[in-house]
Amino acid sequence: MSIITIERRVLEKNDQVAQQNRDLFRSHGILAVNVVSSPGAGKTSIIEQTLDTLGGVMKVAVIEGDCQTDFDAQRVARYRVPVVQIVTNGGCHLEAQLVRNALAAMELEAVELLIIENVGNLVCPANYDLGEAMKIVVLSTTEGEDKPLKYPGMFRNASVLIINKTDLLPYLAIDLAALRRHALAINPDLLIFETSCTTGAGIADWCGWLQARRAGSL
Amino acid sequence: MHELSIAQGIWDIARQHLPEGERIQAVKVEVGLLSGVVPESLEFCFEMVVSDTPAKGAQLIIDRIPIHAGCRDCGADFQVEGATFLCPSCRSPNTRVTAGADLRVVEIELADTKGKAS
Repeated sequence: MSIITIERRVLEKNDQVAQQNRDLFRSHGILAVNVVSSPGAGKTSIIEQTLDTLGGVMKVAVIEGDCQTDFDAQRVARYRVPVVQIVTNGGCHLEAQLVRNALAAMELEAVELLIIENVGNLVCPANYDLGEAMKIVVLSTTEGEDKPLKYPGMFRNASVLIINKTDLLPYLAIDLAALRRHALAINPDLLIFETSCTTGAGIADWCGWLQARRAGSL
Repeated sequence: MHELSIAQGIWDIARQHLPEGERIQAVKVEVGLLSGVVPESLEFCFEMVVSDTPAKGAQLIIDRIPIHAGCRDCGADFQVEGATFLCPSCRSPNTRVTAGADLRVVEIELADTKGKAS
């Protein structure tokens, strides 16, 4: 019986490609954000609101990741920004190579902010670096205050938490203070925004921060 | 359900270290508890991924790595229990995960090839 020692990270290939993506973003002055959430939390709605607010101010492009359909790309295309749809055919997360392939179809010189919408899933996308500057996790008020504790990997790896659908708060039993406490217990560095895509509340704060972050990231 | 692509990744790495003509009887991996991988699902996917390879039937030995963190304020090292990353010594939330987030292929064990002994 002979044993061969390997000691290699399983995701090393993904991480290498992610680093190449990151270098590409840096050399073009692009702020890339990876938006993650469970299905239906409002990722696409927040991206639409962001495009509506920043579309005339910044050069924004979008990569849409979905298991099936290009519905989201169609929604985003209405804002007249470059958008590439990745269909994973059942795959539960985006990988760095898929993003790299999508970038080939994009004119990077014409991009300042790249929004990557991941597949709706609070588990798998946590561990796949795409080369983004940060992960933005969206959690809607209907999902309950316990989600950060149930999905610590995602909340630990994210830099920003957007609590969405705040317009529904009068109808829900969710404890918003507890949600914030749980999220910060998992990740004390999380920056938290509260938004409603129905009323537009909080969108200006979020977009203002994003714009400032891009200006400072150069 | 990203265990399938993780299983594929494990095999991709293992086969690069497999000498020509040899077969694998076991692959040892470390799965961090923060990695989001379900071990049972990984075993199932691995069996499927290697079914047509020199690692067919190989055992996947999974070493589950607990989550460890270090406190940035008081310097304590501790094991993360449950879902709290608070430092047990000084109660600071300002901590850094030092182990348990990774997935690694540790080693492969080659099968005894028939005829080699004679």
